[in-house]
Amino acid sequence: MPLLEITGLKKAFGGVQALGGVDFHINENEIVSVIGPNGAGKTSFFNVISGLFAPDEGSIVFDGDSLANHAPNEITRRGIARTFQNVRLFPNLTVLENVMVGQHCRTHAGMWSTILQTAGQRAEEQLIEDKAKDVLSFFGSRLAGYRYDQPAFVLSYANRRRLEIARAMATEPKLLLLDEPTAGMNPRETAELTELIGDLRDKKGFTVVVISHEMKVVEQISDKVVVLDHGVKIAEGDYDDVSTNEDVIEAYLGRPAERDE
Amino acid sequence: MIDMRRTFRFGLLAGGAMAFLGGIGMIESFNERTLIDPILRMGDLFLYGTLFVIAYIAARGEINILEEPDYRAAETTATGAAVGFVATMVTVVYALLITAVDVVEFFPNMDEAMVESLTFEQGAPIGLALLGLASVIVGAVGGWLVSTADGLKQSISKVVGWVLGFALLEVVVTDIVESRDVSRLIYSPNGGLRLWSVAVIAVLVVYLSRRYSGRLTSFAAEVSNADSKSRLRRGVIAFLVFAAIVLPMLLGGILNELMINVSLFVLMGLGLNIVVGLAGLLDLGYVAFFAVGAYGTAVLTSPLSPTFSPQLNWWVALPIVFVLAAIAGLLVGTPVIRMRGDYLAIVTLGFGEIVRILLLSDWLTPLFGGSQGIRRIPGVDVPFLGEVGGTRPEFFVYLTLIFVLIAGYISYRAQNSRIGRAWAAMREDEDVAEAIGISTVSAKLLAFVTGAIIASFAGALFSAKVGAVFTNSFDVLVSIIILVVVIVGGMGSISGVIVGAFVLIGVLGGPKSPGLLAEFAEFKLLFYGAILVFMMLKRPEGLLPSVRRSRELHQDEMSQDAWLEKGGDFTADDAEGATT
Ligand SMILES: Nc1ncnc2c1ncn2[C@@H]1O[C@H](COP(=O)(O)OP(=O)(O)OP(=O)(O)O)[C@@H](O)[C@H]1O
Ligand SMILES: [Mg+2]
Repeated sequence: MPLLEITGLKKAFGGVQALGGVDFHINENEIVSVIGPNGAGKTSFFNVISGLFAPDEGSIVFDGDSLANHAPNEITRRGIARTFQNVRLFPNLTVLENVMVGQHCRTHAGMWSTILQTAGQRAEEQLIEDKAKDVLSFFGSRLAGYRYDQPAFVLSYANRRRLEIARAMATEPKLLLLDEPTAGMNPRETAELTELIGDLRDKKGFTVVVISHEMKVVEQISDKVVVLDHGVKIAEGDYDDVSTNEDVIEAYLGRPAERDE
Repeated sequence: MIDMRRTFRFGLLAGGAMAFLGGIGMIESFNERTLIDPILRMGDLFLYGTLFVIAYIAARGEINILEEPDYRAAETTATGAAVGFVATMVTVVYALLITAVDVVEFFPNMDEAMVESLTFEQGAPIGLALLGLASVIVGAVGGWLVSTADGLKQSISKVVGWVLGFALLEVVVTDIVESRDVSRLIYSPNGGLRLWSVAVIAVLVVYLSRRYSGRLTSFAAEVSNADSKSRLRRGVIAFLVFAAIVLPMLLGGILNELMINVSLFVLMGLGLNIVVGLAGLLDLGYVAFFAVGAYGTAVLTSPLSPTFSPQLNWWVALPIVFVLAAIAGLLVGTPVIRMRGDYLAIVTLGFGEIVRILLLSDWLTPLFGGSQGIRRIPGVDVPFLGEVGGTRPEFFVYLTLIFVLIAGYISYRAQNSRIGRAWAAMREDEDVAEAIGISTVSAKLLAFVTGAIIASFAGALFSAKVGAVFTNSFDVLVSIIILVVVIVGGMGSISGVIVGAFVLIGVLGGPKSPGLLAEFAEFKLLFYGAILVFMMLKRPEGLLPSVRRSRELHQDEMSQDAWLEKGGDFTADDAEGATT
């Protein structure tokens, strides 16, 4: 049984059909890329899965349960975490706090135990901090040490993207949705992150859906590629199949394919 | 060379300010208070103080370090005097106009009496000449001061500060001294400082500051550099705690009364700080929870509660009041869960008024006494001391301090915890907070409920202290003033709220109570407004800001790559352009 199974997903904004009946599934421990030209509906696809927008039609079944009508925080609690295309950190919280806050849905201390400073609450606080540091160590020294206490807004663009991934990892998800994780990075940073996305599955055991415009990244990491255009899935398969598919070339790969030759 | 146009502009500004202060009746009303017996009245202090400050600023702009010192002094003095002269011209024209044209119908303060108060009660020709002379002298002194040596400047400002402090705080000094004879020695019967006490204060200040100023600063530096666990640091903290315990016994009734008032606002400030400062929910109807606390206590404890009168002990009533406040928090919180920013502010503003109007309504009058209020609320039973209420402020003060400590502790624990982080995240970006697994619904309700319970501390204490509750103690103004306390002190900062309450409620006075400067009562809100505007311009993060808050307001200065903020919405096109 797939980890996430989506059938006939539709979402319209006014007259724009952002998603026009998309079927999608991903198995545990897979990395699937979602590609498509600008405005194809990729981000909308993530927004609907993560509960920010309710779908007009269609079903989303995650880990055996339907996700219909759940609040975003509930969906995160069930194990889907995401990043945003236009990085959305908590800019005035520190790097460490940004990650610690990600564990909110996995921890329990309430007002009473916080005020009374119970042993359980203190142990939990310590655990939150340790886990946050552990998650940040995934990015080597880039977000460690003196960076812990820097406010997020002083970070470089690439580091913000990394921090956002760390925050998503801290929610201990089964499924990670990454919206253009390499956008705005230079080639070296892109290569480094591409490798880390592989590690997210291989070492951390996450299942990953990646939206990307960069074909090199897609080629390197994907078990499967799904192509959206005008809110409709026009192709699905491994990278070689998709990159030679006529419809896809016409809709999307046209320019880069020519340039690559 | 003196910049004539600039000087003229400052003169006009000073004249305009003086005319304004006169026009709103401030000078007239403040002149009833003598500060230094024969020579200085409070109105004059404000009138010429304004001119002095403006002349000083004008002259400071004239300083040219390349010029000879003597020439410099002449120049700044002349600039100050010129500002004073222009200001007088404005004031004189203004005074003559008012005597000639009757505008009392539109500006009730602009009458002959105001002109009198501007002119040392001398009326047109002589008074105006005096006004001009005084203005030129004050302006010249202000200008001259700019060019004086730093040491002299410091001594002068210290002396002036202490003398004015003693003069303005006559009530406090008398209250502390507690002996009529001693205070009569310092102050004359009309409340002004005697001339010879001015002289004594001046001599003492100069002597003591010469002698000890260096040592004091080095001691302060030593304390602040000391390790937080060192003996010195602990000694200082122990001393402060000891002082807080002993102080109320030494202070007189008036000051304890004031302390209680300030503490009540500290309590409400801390509660609102959780809602606005930590969780970012702008609640303009916060007074409703204060009312729930006060009326809850009144109904449960007073024998005169109209219908339902269980006459409980205050301590027994307290937990019930907390429950009522929590319910009120949920009632206000639930319908506004989906609202943000301005909408939330407007709706909560409405809620605050609804509570007050409901209390006055025919429907609830049988329960809460309507405009009659509820009287004869007993004080708090304290072991060994008996009933402690408003008549024993020196004990009641401890009670309020205990609750302040509790509220401060709750805020402190909450803000550095899982809950506090969730609030902070929600304040920064509500959608993202929700998307990373924070239930914003429960986080908001928790903030409302916690804030409501802390406000009900204040309400319960208020009832017991005053002994009666009326609806007019709970109008919108209270909500606004609490918010101003939080903003001026520093949003999200516990120490900030405490400082804010001391500065505003302690010095200027609360919505219904006088502060240290009781004479300000009539113009209190004017000062509140002026302080708020000044703070927003010069120090929007507040007097003692929280770290997060000041980061937020100074992001652009700290950010390494501020230019990126402009293109925050980094699109795929850019990404492609950057990598292919
Ligand atoms: N909140 C919204 N309100 C109105 N229209 C929206 C909204 N979100 C998306 N759309 C529209 O839906 C369509 C799909 O947008 P979406 O952001 O999902 O595309 P995308 O594939 O992520 O594009 P890109 O590669 O540029 O990120 C677009 O036409 C967009 O204008
Ligand atoms: Mg997108």
